[in-house]
Amino acid sequence: MASHYEAPIRRPLIIGEKSYHDISVDIARPVEGRANKQWWIVFSIALTAFLWGIGCIIYTISTGIGTWGLNKTIGWAWDITNFVWWIGIGHAGTLISAVLLIFRQKWRMGINRSAEAMTIFSVLQAGLFPIIHMGRPWLAYWVMPIPNQFGSLWVNFNSPLIWDVFAISTYLSVSIVFWWTGLLPDFAMIRDRAVKPFQKKIYSLLSFGWSGRAKDWQRFEEVSLVLAGLATPLVLSVHTIVSYDFATSIVPGWHTTIFPPYFVAGAVFSGFAMVNTLLIIMRKVCNLEDYITVQHIELMNIVIMITGSIVGVAYMTELFIAWYSGVEYEQYAFLNRATGPYAWAYWIMMTCNVFSPQFMWFKKLRTSIMFSFFISIVVNVGMWFERFVIIVTSIHRDYLPSSWTMFSPTFVDTGIFIGTIGFFFVLFLLYARTFPVIAQSEVKTILKSSGERYKKIREAGQSLVGTGSDVRTSNSARDNSKNLKK
Amino acid sequence: MSSNKKYWKSVEELNENNSFMIEALKHKEFVEEIPVDEFLGDKDTLESSSTTRRDFLKYVGFSTAAATLAACEGPVIKSIPYVVQPEQIIPGVANYYATTIANGYDFASILVKTREGRPIKIENNSLATSNNGANARIHASVLDLYDSNRITGPKKKGEDSSWTELNNDIVQKLSELKDSSKTIVLLTQTFASPSTSKLISEFATKYNNVRHVVYDAISESLAVEAFENKYGERGLANYDFSQASIIVSVGADFLGDWQGGGFDAGYAKGRVPKHGKMSRHIQFESNMSLSGAKADKRVPLTPTQQKVVLAKLYSKIVGSAVSGILPAHIEQAVDKTASELIKAGSNGVVVTGIQDVNAQAVVLGINEKLSSKAFDPSTIIKTRLGNDKAVTKLVADMKSGTIGAIIMSGVNPMYTLPNASDFAQGLKNVDLSVAFSMKEDETSSLTDYIAATPHYLESWGDTELTKGQFGLIQPAIRPLFDTKQFQDALLLWNGSNATYHDYIKRNWEENILNGSSWNQALHDGIFGGNGSNSESIEDTVEDLERTTLNINAAARNLASETSNGFELTLYPKTGMGDGQQANNPWLQEFPDPLTRATWDNYLTMSEADAKELGLFLEESTFFTEARHDADGGLNGKYANITVNGVTIKVPVMVQPGQAKGSVGLSFGYGRTLGLKTEMQTGVNAYPLYTNFNTVQNITIEATSGKHKFACIQLHNTLMGRGDIIHETTLEIFNSEDHRKWNPMPQVSKDHKMIDVTSPGANLWNEFDSSIGHHFNLSIDLNACTGCGACVIACHAENNVPVVGKEEMRKSRDMHWLRIDRYYSSEDTFINDDEKKDDSKGLGNTLIAFAELENPSANPQVAFQPIMCQHCNHAPCETVCPVAATSHGRQGQNHMAYNRCVGTRYCANNCPYKVRRFNWFLYNGNDEFDFHMNDDLGRMVINPDVVVRSRGVMEKCSLCIQMTQKTILDAKRDGREVRPNEFLTACSAACNSGAMMFGDINNKKDDIVALKDDDRAYHLLESVGTKPNVVYQTIVRNTKEA
Repeated sequence: MASHYEAPIRRPLIIGEKSYHDISVDIARPVEGRANKQWWIVFSIALTAFLWGIGCIIYTISTGIGTWGLNKTIGWAWDITNFVWWIGIGHAGTLISAVLLIFRQKWRMGINRSAEAMTIFSVLQAGLFPIIHMGRPWLAYWVMPIPNQFGSLWVNFNSPLIWDVFAISTYLSVSIVFWWTGLLPDFAMIRDRAVKPFQKKIYSLLSFGWSGRAKDWQRFEEVSLVLAGLATPLVLSVHTIVSYDFATSIVPGWHTTIFPPYFVAGAVFSGFAMVNTLLIIMRKVCNLEDYITVQHIELMNIVIMITGSIVGVAYMTELFIAWYSGVEYEQYAFLNRATGPYAWAYWIMMTCNVFSPQFMWFKKLRTSIMFSFFISIVVNVGMWFERFVIIVTSIHRDYLPSSWTMFSPTFVDTGIFIGTIGFFFVLFLLYARTFPVIAQSEVKTILKSSGERYKKIREAGQSLVGTGSDVRTSNSARDNSKNLKK
Repeated sequence: MSSNKKYWKSVEELNENNSFMIEALKHKEFVEEIPVDEFLGDKDTLESSSTTRRDFLKYVGFSTAAATLAACEGPVIKSIPYVVQPEQIIPGVANYYATTIANGYDFASILVKTREGRPIKIENNSLATSNNGANARIHASVLDLYDSNRITGPKKKGEDSSWTELNNDIVQKLSELKDSSKTIVLLTQTFASPSTSKLISEFATKYNNVRHVVYDAISESLAVEAFENKYGERGLANYDFSQASIIVSVGADFLGDWQGGGFDAGYAKGRVPKHGKMSRHIQFESNMSLSGAKADKRVPLTPTQQKVVLAKLYSKIVGSAVSGILPAHIEQAVDKTASELIKAGSNGVVVTGIQDVNAQAVVLGINEKLSSKAFDPSTIIKTRLGNDKAVTKLVADMKSGTIGAIIMSGVNPMYTLPNASDFAQGLKNVDLSVAFSMKEDETSSLTDYIAATPHYLESWGDTELTKGQFGLIQPAIRPLFDTKQFQDALLLWNGSNATYHDYIKRNWEENILNGSSWNQALHDGIFGGNGSNSESIEDTVEDLERTTLNINAAARNLASETSNGFELTLYPKTGMGDGQQANNPWLQEFPDPLTRATWDNYLTMSEADAKELGLFLEESTFFTEARHDADGGLNGKYANITVNGVTIKVPVMVQPGQAKGSVGLSFGYGRTLGLKTEMQTGVNAYPLYTNFNTVQNITIEATSGKHKFACIQLHNTLMGRGDIIHETTLEIFNSEDHRKWNPMPQVSKDHKMIDVTSPGANLWNEFDSSIGHHFNLSIDLNACTGCGACVIACHAENNVPVVGKEEMRKSRDMHWLRIDRYYSSEDTFINDDEKKDDSKGLGNTLIAFAELENPSANPQVAFQPIMCQHCNHAPCETVCPVAATSHGRQGQNHMAYNRCVGTRYCANNCPYKVRRFNWFLYNGNDEFDFHMNDDLGRMVINPDVVVRSRGVMEKCSLCIQMTQKTILDAKRDGREVRPNEFLTACSAACNSGAMMFGDINNKKDDIVALKDDDRAYHLLESVGTKPNVVYQTIVRNTKEA
């Protein structure tokens, strides 16, 4: 448990006159209340996009990959671009919940639940692409090393795609377990507040019978730490392995040893941007401005700025190494990226990923909510283009000029991408209506140390005794307040 | 109600005396003692038994499951077994028959591979003595047999008829005409057939007033005339280019279809440097042709200038002054060429493709003067005997109504005649018109009768392709439809009861065989004898004036030719020839060796002219879509071209090497009848073929619209990547160490440069390939003429699907074997390399690369056949998640289609981009209405090769079904595999000997030496893939002798 003392220089992480009960009420409100009109509008749009995507996927699977814009030279384009993009977005969740937990960064508590939810939902989107991009997706289970009736036929453990299968499934399962563990006390809180028996039943199932005993809390803390320890290497491994898909190949522009750190940095970059996008909207819609404060946004912006700069350095390094290698194919691949037929994509990438985060050096900009939102969108556009640039501009002109081609997406390519965005938001919107979107039990642990109200009390030199009680929940407090009124 | 009935179990029960036994039986179910103790009592035995209880349950489970499965209905495959096994057909074993193709345009001795009675592939006949090997069209001709648009029986006025009716009608009509003043005309292709000639003369005798007009769609009539003038016999001079040290061609695409084609094998022989020598080839031409692409020196010039060049060459060599003005650089080139020719003397040879009697005569004069060894006027080529004047006269006569009957075979004048409308009018004035045709095509649909004719693989016949070189045509399958060949019909109309087979046999035994065995000749498909003297009626019935040529005068006439405006040169495209095979999807999808466009013809034009006329499309940018669509598809502008009042709208293709002031357009496209809608591609160039002259004055006007080409190669230059195609000049080749002109890429290891192939540079464990067979394929880039026979042979052997124009445009061709064509951006490829290497600094490099993207106006050309390189360290193998592509013991990189899940990672990681993905289901899918989608077309499928399903990757297997067959044959015979016995479809199809396949572990195979040849290199050696395909460096003979 965190100490109740925190240096006054630290800005409060929970603002407003919040009591423990206020936190419960604030966080349970979206779950207990009814959805408003805006929610339904956004949900309908997302659902439509999702259904459109499903239609495109069904069309692809029933007709063939030929419905996409691929050709003999460009075997991957939007499919794997989207895959890497979604996986990258899925990176922030684990980083926030695991790495920041280990580093005892308390500001993560306001955002980790939604960041993890985002992670899981985006990994689900990502996981879709390796399956549907197959020519025969009904045989996708062949990439699993499962005993089979085909004799001694086994998967090829040399293939980075097999590593992907393990990396992503591990990541997804650990993320879900981690997320759910954190959710248990919060589900229990909603369960305890629920009035309708059906809701109570559901949330008691979801909370796995959480009782709130000291033993529960002790185990909870232990498991969280163990899972954080497990998840931390995953933050590095998943995108490292995704980058191996390219780095272990022989395609100039893919075959790059810098890829693992570069991909991880890029992933954190895009993940944080996506967290920003989602939370800036959510804090407004769900009235959570007191928990997800400008300070949170500012801190996220700083991470975006740093990882964006790392990515920028990686871009420069690639160019330098291409020149320094003396390999003509490598040199041409990078010249072609920057000046060839897809130069526009390269410069969109450069602008969005390298230049735009540099605005965050200015405090005024990084504390501006509108600007942060704008940059978060720009960054994710840029990161999509980064993957497009890496994948398509490398293979569209590789070794033999006779095979050089161009790529143009069909409506199915775009439809599936839009569909995954729709699916993601469908999940996220449902989540926002049914799950406690902030880890309230964790936030409560820092209320006294980092809550604005308590900071003020401490600064005023008053005692904290009895301040945790609330007239709405405790008889003694009610008595006290009565006494005070008298 | 209770029953008192008593049921008895046996008769014994009724017999009361037996009650004891009955009682005993009642208590004992089994009569005999069951030895339960025997198998359950002995505990030791029980325990030692291998069948445990668990196993027992497994067996029970398995048998139940097996029984259940067996009860499920299996797929029903309709197959009808032989009631009586045919003598020679063993299921699974191919039979080969020697025959000859003689379709009026292509002539060659070939072998037909049949499986279970179905012809499925054409092979070269290695016994063939005349120079024609099977080209791409001949390889594709097997598919014409299974053309779903063939007519299934004779037709009368468009209605189905019967042969009896047709014969009765025609004989009656002919007999009527016999006594009238009207002529009976046989309008036929060049048959080059002694028996047919004899038959026709018999027909002429029977019906009097008969005229036989021989008509070639793309005529060599004037060359024949010139030859006849000089040598007194109708035919064409033969050439053996392997005998020449200097070959000068003025507008002759002798590696294409010039004068019947088939000269590439001899040419290639002389082009491979041996003992420091190879032939030198100088080409003067307007269109970029295969020959021009292979030339050491290529001078682009207009057709009129070609004539002047020829005249000047003549004057310099033979010595007769001519006038004529040429631009200085051409004049200079002519001077040098002439002096080189004079120096070479009898080792030189000159050929021309100019459709002009004078030009042809001048060439004969030059070659005779040089006493060229390559020039052979005695082994006359008889495959182009069409007579333009006779055809012109026929059309006029038809219009004037003096023709009573016209019987056509092997021709389609309504499509191929420039004045087809006159012909149509004439047809109306003819009392009887009959077309022997496989299709209801442009001509046969207008005739009174269509005599359904069999495909040549269902026919009998004989040929004399070059004088004295006889061939036989035998059927490889019973006629699929109710057809009768022209000769059989003639026999019938002549009143004979004999079949054409009997007729040929008798004719051969009497006139040709000289006592040799007919069966042997039929087995071999060819027979070398004396030239035939069988009477031909063409000359006797044709009474056309013939001018006597004076060659000096001819040269003077040539030199005085002038022209203003654009000159159009019409040419046959490698894939389509004269257009009779337009319904063949393999040929439609066959990329032109030079433009690499499929499913189309177009006006080829130089960049300068295109810019001047506003027909040039700029490079596309992000904001403007011009030359290429966003998906890379190539676009072209349209032009209206007018020749002698005939205007057609054609798409324009900018063609590097096209002489300024000249344009080219190919024959063979724009068919309208007798073929599927998908195949109705391109424009018909025959209406421009006025006076059967391939060169026409033309006016060109830009017009609106954008044409979508389906071009298989979108980038034309090599970008200075000399690493991909090694090349050098003969001088350097002869004087320098091979490491200098065929360098091995190096890599730095421990600060020392080592070869990338040395063991120190190797990351991988080597496979032990020293045991068993290890296959390598050598491709000699000097010998390869880009003819594309291998491409079609590969299609036929490996069931490569056809995907159609739309898909081709999207760069989704399925070709396992492709022939890359590169143009140099500077004058030579070596200059390209230098330009790239010499550019210093970022700015200059970018400028250099931008310039290298565009081909030169008169580029060097290089062809490079590329198939799976079967890397020993294959990048595709490591990345496949399911190990669907794995390495074989014999060096091949295997592809297990059934295991493939279709991630396409292998294709991305293939540096050679040879892997092809099944984007859709290409067989049994209405969207792809080609041969794999109808029952007839599917008969061509090779049963030894799997037809791939949707979603799997496919690629070249080095014809593993063929190499395994070779191994099994040797095993069956109890012998070792013979040297050079291993073949692939491509190496077997290669006439020029550019592709050599073999086992490097068999030291007697030619491949062993080729693999270690000084010229040998691997494609992209520096990537470290260690391919099993080896290329031989191009050597250009650039030094002016």
